[in-house]
Amino acid sequence: MPSVKEILETMEYGPAPEAADQVMNWLKARARFGHYIDGAFTEPGETFDTANPATGEVLAQVSQGSAADIERAVAAARAALPAWSRLPGHERAKWLYALARHIQKRERFLAVLETLDNGKPIRESRDIDVPLAARHFYHHAGWAEILEDEFPGAQPVGVCGQIIPWNFPLLMLAWKIAPALAAGNTVVLKPAEFTPLTALAFAEICAEIGLPRGVVNIVTGDGATGAALVDAPVDKIAFTGSTEVGRAIRKATAGRDVKLTLELGGKSPFIVFADADLDAAVEGVVDSIWFNQGQVCCAGSRILVAESIAPVFQKRLATRMAKLRVGDPLDKCTDIGAIVAPVQVQRIRRLIAEGEAQGARLHTAPVQLPDRGCFLAPGYLTDVAPANILSDTEIFGPYATVTTFRTPDEAVTLANNSRYGLAASIWSENVNLALDVASRVKAGVVWVNSTNVFDAGAGFGGYRESGFGREGGREGMREYLSWPGPKTRPEAQPTPIDAAPHPADKPAPIRAEAPIDRTAKLYIGGAQKRPDSGYSYAVLAKGKEIGLAGLGNRKDIRNAVEAAHKATGWSKATGHNRAQVLYYLAENLAARAEGFAERLKEMGVSKPREEVETAIRRTFWYAAQADKFDGAVHSTKSAHVTLAMPEPFGVMGVVCPNDAPLLGLISMVLPAIAMGNRVVAVPAQSMPLAATDFYQVLETSDVPGGVVNIVTGAKDELARVLAQHDDVDALWYCGDEAGREMVESESAGNLKVTWTFPNRDWRGKDGQGREFLHRATQIKNIWVPYGE
Amino acid sequence: MSQMADHALSNTPRNAGVPLQTDWFESVSVNTPAAQRRAATLTARRSLKKEWQAAWLVNAIRCMDLTTLSGDDTEDRVRRLCAKAAHPVADHVMKALGLDRLTTGAVCVYPTMVAAAVRALEGTGIPVASVATGFPAGLMPLDLRLAEIRYAVDQGASEIDIVITRAHVLDGNWSALYDEIAAMREACGPAHLKAILATGELKTLRNVYKASMVACQAGADFIKTSTGKESVNATLPVSLVMVRALRDYGEWTGYRIGFKPAGGMKTAKDALSWQILMREEMGPDWLRPDLFRLGASSMLADIERQLEHHVTGRYSSGSRHAIA
Repeated sequence: MPSVKEILETMEYGPAPEAADQVMNWLKARARFGHYIDGAFTEPGETFDTANPATGEVLAQVSQGSAADIERAVAAARAALPAWSRLPGHERAKWLYALARHIQKRERFLAVLETLDNGKPIRESRDIDVPLAARHFYHHAGWAEILEDEFPGAQPVGVCGQIIPWNFPLLMLAWKIAPALAAGNTVVLKPAEFTPLTALAFAEICAEIGLPRGVVNIVTGDGATGAALVDAPVDKIAFTGSTEVGRAIRKATAGRDVKLTLELGGKSPFIVFADADLDAAVEGVVDSIWFNQGQVCCAGSRILVAESIAPVFQKRLATRMAKLRVGDPLDKCTDIGAIVAPVQVQRIRRLIAEGEAQGARLHTAPVQLPDRGCFLAPGYLTDVAPANILSDTEIFGPYATVTTFRTPDEAVTLANNSRYGLAASIWSENVNLALDVASRVKAGVVWVNSTNVFDAGAGFGGYRESGFGREGGREGMREYLSWPGPKTRPEAQPTPIDAAPHPADKPAPIRAEAPIDRTAKLYIGGAQKRPDSGYSYAVLAKGKEIGLAGLGNRKDIRNAVEAAHKATGWSKATGHNRAQVLYYLAENLAARAEGFAERLKEMGVSKPREEVETAIRRTFWYAAQADKFDGAVHSTKSAHVTLAMPEPFGVMGVVCPNDAPLLGLISMVLPAIAMGNRVVAVPAQSMPLAATDFYQVLETSDVPGGVVNIVTGAKDELARVLAQHDDVDALWYCGDEAGREMVESESAGNLKVTWTFPNRDWRGKDGQGREFLHRATQIKNIWVPYGE
Repeated sequence: MSQMADHALSNTPRNAGVPLQTDWFESVSVNTPAAQRRAATLTARRSLKKEWQAAWLVNAIRCMDLTTLSGDDTEDRVRRLCAKAAHPVADHVMKALGLDRLTTGAVCVYPTMVAAAVRALEGTGIPVASVATGFPAGLMPLDLRLAEIRYAVDQGASEIDIVITRAHVLDGNWSALYDEIAAMREACGPAHLKAILATGELKTLRNVYKASMVACQAGADFIKTSTGKESVNATLPVSLVMVRALRDYGEWTGYRIGFKPAGGMKTAKDALSWQILMREEMGPDWLRPDLFRLGASSMLADIERQLEHHVTGRYSSGSRHAIA
């Protein structure tokens, strides 16, 4: 050890290790872990090592969960469900409160254990992960207490299978378990194979406080164990991890009526404008891509910086980077710890090498790495062309790309040039600019002049291929609640499409005067279009042909989606503007009520006038909601405004039931457009003529072209095209089981948000409501710290 | 231990100042929540234990302007303070730390006490700093303020802690501020000028940055947060912004300017926090007395207790250490 005199010359920091003996004793006493099922640990089965990535030292053996283990855990959760879900909210609140308290009482134990197992610096586990985990349980103890008042009529979803990643093992556990338990669900949680230990310690805490058995079950293992959990008879799957696995889960759960939330990858933009506080932004990079070794799904991994300040910014970034301390994660002076596992180090190295081969330039911190362990020198990359692999592949390591932009518009374009949409960070001292860009970036979480700010009171979750569903806050609670579904109503099987002339179907009296033929076309981009196929199909009523409808095909869907994409003005219009258009739509519908009633009658709809009247009323209802279904300001941290804004998805597909030809269409299209979406609608296959009459109402009601597009034809064929279309952001499908499964499965391509349900009584209260509006929006949380 | 013996401000070449350049600071962006966040996490990111903590506390002493600025100061009181400055840590603690000589960076007093301090410190090499220019409010006619500087220099002060006219900052009257400081710098002659910005009265961090930059341009050798008499004195966010101004000025001109937080810092932990700030934002050179001073009075007693604890393993009592 150097003397005080020597240190006075160098003014170095010296070692400041956090003691690990309590945790090491705990590990030594256990050595091999079973699963935590039904309130007790099982005998360890086939085990694998979990190691400290900073040293390679094996910490413990944990069991590889088998399908049988999962089955037992799910059965235990199922058995515990009735009693747990029937507990008064206050009783569940007390359990959650106890969990919060015990996480606090074990805060240093959990922090040290997390750092040992994961490699993250003790500063982060101690100051960030563990306090946030405790906060999550406190917050959700509150939701349990007031659940009945705040979510009247809601029920738990049931047994929840939860699969969490290795980057924030305990925190992700808290994000999953706290809301599930608060809402009255029971859980089977599978921690990541690299980092199972804090979950097992949490299991001991559950046992320690005497949590009823079976409410929390923890099964360790690898991806196969996770797959077994996805395949198990659970009511919900909540997954945080890679987009690739998320896609597989989307497919595996298709058609199973399993509630699904996915929190997936990201390539989040970090936008620095010329008027930003550059030092603040540079520090933001430290808290973003150099936080948790860059193994953060919402890390600002794409730094976009205004050309005019790029040299200064980069210079300061390099200077700041040189101050980073890489090494022993247990040392309190460490900024960058170990990557979670050797295989990740290799993956990161490979990706960086590939990016460099494609022209990127890597700048790394001038640090001396420890001799052993999974350490990487942090850095950033310049000269990364948009086509470079590093521009769109998640590196999941301490490396961000730096790209310049010229104008705010270009910054937004670059920011949104990604399949992902998890987070964004915006740096500018100009509130107009910052909020404008915040509204334009496609991301579920937007931080203004800040980054990686989290709180249990705000929702977290992504747009696009970053997944769907939110964790935290009121919106997160909804993901663990269900409402009694509407009564289903049988839906007439569509008659097979027949596109050949059928003179025999039509009584053809010889007339002196020819009637003027009526032509139903498709309605795309505000214009009536003939179908690309050149075919029309017969619309029959009681076996008789009452007209012809255009037989839409995939190209018509393509054109309709393109037209919808162009109608961006609608999404930017005020709720009031949209309401005006919808009221006018109702007015014009009322003016033609007689005609629609006649049409419905002709198609064999019973009480046609009632359907028209309901359609008019419903149009008023959504016009009324257009400027009222708004967001919230979450109560999070002091001196932060945290806005939860419902935003439209953009372009939605809407596949209507083969029933209620006018009302089915109105009921599904109006909530979507009231919220600002543009829609491609597939009306009732066998009864499309009310929909094609309806486009004339659209035309006369100032509904801008492209906002509602109508493509008639074979329902499931068109639904499949919509589900597979990567530029469709959300898809509603009302139809049979096979169709629902197809839509959910095919939507995995871009992980669009789907809502599939069987036919219902469209005339009653189930035909409209806030549920439709929730389903037509996604919530963006915008964090704006303030203070002068 | 050359630094310990060498107290004179040696940030050579001495800042000659530059003509007023408002474009260096007029459009500066300082985001307050971000500065607060950085200040809050800075000290959580670094930890000093054992020998290292002891060494950094010793360093705080050698960078300390041991200060008395009270209405009831007397020459005897100043002599006691000077004795403490020359002998800040008890012999047994010094011995256990393996140190032979240690003094504070300077002694800081009112102008009328300078002569007494100079006499008391004769032979120690410890410089005497004096506040001047109508300290603490500075609301005196400029010629009287300049005369006060000359008086203090005549009395033997080698460092002058001046106060600025806050109104010039609040009014954005940069040329007035510049001219005032430049005149003071001239009045100082060879004595070094520390510009007290009274940041607690400037309120916004942008004002703090701008005032810092004007002071640098006008030729300050040090910039200093506070008089110790404002309702808010040295804080880490303010210090962060001030040192960033020094960094920027240094990048543009090549001059290295010192920083002195003052007021409100009472604990050994504060001493470590500010040093961590300097090391992280500026580098180790700014941990030397020629570029860093801590304006404090009661902080020393807490450091002494911590140092004794370090060498004995027992928690110490204030009554065991000589008061200033």
